Amino acid sequence: MNMPFYVAPEQVMKDRADYARKGIARGRALVAVRYADGIALVAENASNTLRKISEIYDRIAFAGVGKYNEFDQLRVAGVRAADLKGYQYSRDDVDARSLANNYAQILGQIFTHEMKPMEVEILVAEVGVVPEGDQVFHILYDGTVVDEKQYTVLGGDAEAIGGHMKQAYVDGQSLEDAVREATVALAGAERKLTATDLEVAVLSRVNGRRCFRRMTDAMVATALGE
Amino acid sequence: MSMPMFRPGSDPGSNFPELLKRVGLATTGGDSIGDLSVPHATTCVALRFTDGVVMAGDRRATSGNLISHRGMEKVVQADEFSGVAIAGAAGPSMEMVKLFQLQLEHYEKVEGGSLSLEGKANQLSMMVRGNLPAALQGMVVVPIFAGYDVRRGNGRLFTYDVTGGRYEESDYVATGSGMLHAGTVVKIGWRDSLDRAAAIALACRGLWEAADADSATGGPDALRGIYPTVAIITEHGWSRVDDAELAAVFEAIAGEVRSR
Repeated sequence: MNMPFYVAPEQVMKDRADYARKGIARGRALVAVRYADGIALVAENASNTLRKISEIYDRIAFAGVGKYNEFDQLRVAGVRAADLKGYQYSRDDVDARSLANNYAQILGQIFTHEMKPMEVEILVAEVGVVPEGDQVFHILYDGTVVDEKQYTVLGGDAEAIGGHMKQAYVDGQSLEDAVREATVALAGAERKLTATDLEVAVLSRVNGRRCFRRMTDAMVATALGE
Repeated sequence: MSMPMFRPGSDPGSNFPELLKRVGLATTGGDSIGDLSVPHATTCVALRFTDGVVMAGDRRATSGNLISHRGMEKVVQADEFSGVAIAGAAGPSMEMVKLFQLQLEHYEKVEGGSLSLEGKANQLSMMVRGNLPAALQGMVVVPIFAGYDVRRGNGRLFTYDVTGGRYEESDYVATGSGMLHAGTVVKIGWRDSLDRAAAIALACRGLWEAADADSATGGPDALRGIYPTVAIITEHGWSRVDDAELAAVFEAIAGEVRSR
C-alpha cells in the first residue's frame, strides 16, 4: 500500500490560503462606503450583465469578488436563506449578522475540508433605520469575518485602495462624494475610471421597503461630474 | 437556519414554492378540515382604462351570515407592476397571495430581472391549481390578477377558476359573491376611452351596487372611515387611491342615488 507523503498542516493551510489569495487578486476590486443616507457599493466591472453587487433582502445587499461562479452560488444561497427566514418568521427577523455567520460557516468548512478553497471575498451589508444601525461584514475565503465601520475594500490591491479611502472618508458625506472617492481609490494613481467601467448600487434608508437600487451609468456619470 | 445549497441536478432555481418543498416548509393542500365556517372574502372588480388598470375590492369578510372583518384588504400589490384581488376563503387566499408576492420577488432577486406579466399570471395559475384539494373541501380561492405589461405597454387582466384555469379578459372582470351585480354595472359603463377618474368612479359604482344587493359585500363605511380598496397600475407602477378621494367619489354616487 502506498503511504501518502506527510505534509505539515501549517503548510497545507498556507498553500490553500496562497492559492485563494492569488485567485482573488486576479480580479478587479470593490469598495463599500457609508454615506449620509446609507451604504454605497462601487465595483470595477466592465460587464453590464454579470453582476458583482446584488440585492439579498429588504435592507441587505451582497457583493463578491473573485471567481464569479463561486460567489454567485453564495449569493443565491443567501437570497434563499433570507426569503425562507422572512416567510417562516417575519421580514424584520432577517438580519445581515446571521447571514454573515452562515457564509462564514460555509467558507470555513470548504477552506478546511475541500480540495480547493473558494477564491472569493464577499460582503454582506445592511442599512439601518438610523445611521447607527448600518452594518457591513467583510468575509474572507477562509471564513474570517470582519465587522467594518466606515468603508471596506474587497479584492486585489486592497491595501493601496484602503489607504486612499482612509484619507478621503468623511462621516455623513453625500452619495456623490462617496461614489467619487471610491472611484478615485479604485482607479489608483495611474488610471482614470469612467461610469461605464463601474457597477454602482446603493442601500438607501429613504428608498422605502426595498432599500437596494442600482445606479445607471447616467446617474454614476452625474455623480462623478463627467 | 442553515443556508440551503443544492447539487446542480437538484437545484430548485428561482422557484420559491419548490424551495419550500425541498426544505420541508410547504403546506400540504389536502388537509381534511371538515365543515368549518371560515371567513370568506367577497366582491372584487378590475377594469382596463387608457393608462393601465384599476382594481377595486370591498373590505368585508363574512363567516356564514356573520360579518367577521370590516377592514380586510383584498386588493393587494403583487410587485411593482401588478396586483392580485382575492375572493374566497380568507385564510388560504392570504397565504396564496403572500407566497405569490414572495415568489415574484424571489425570482427577481435570483434571476436578476422580473418575470413577464404573462409569466406572473401563469405562476398564479399554478398556485390556484395547487389549492384544488382544499377547494373541494370548500376552501375555494378565485383571484383576479391585473397588471401593467411593460413590454407591451398596456394594462392586462386575468381571471381564474378553481382548477387553475386562466382566462385573459380584455376590458373588465369581476369575482366573488357580488360579481353579478358589480360585473353588470361595469359592463354597462365600460368604454374604451375611460380616463383615471372615470375608471375609479365606475369601479366604485360597481362595488356600490354589489353592496346594495349582496349581503356579503360591504359598502363604504363613512361612520368608521372604511372605504373599499382601490388601486391603479400604470407605467409608473402601483398606487393606492387615498380615502379622501374615494370619500368624494362615494359621496357623488350617494348624491346621485338620493336625487333619483
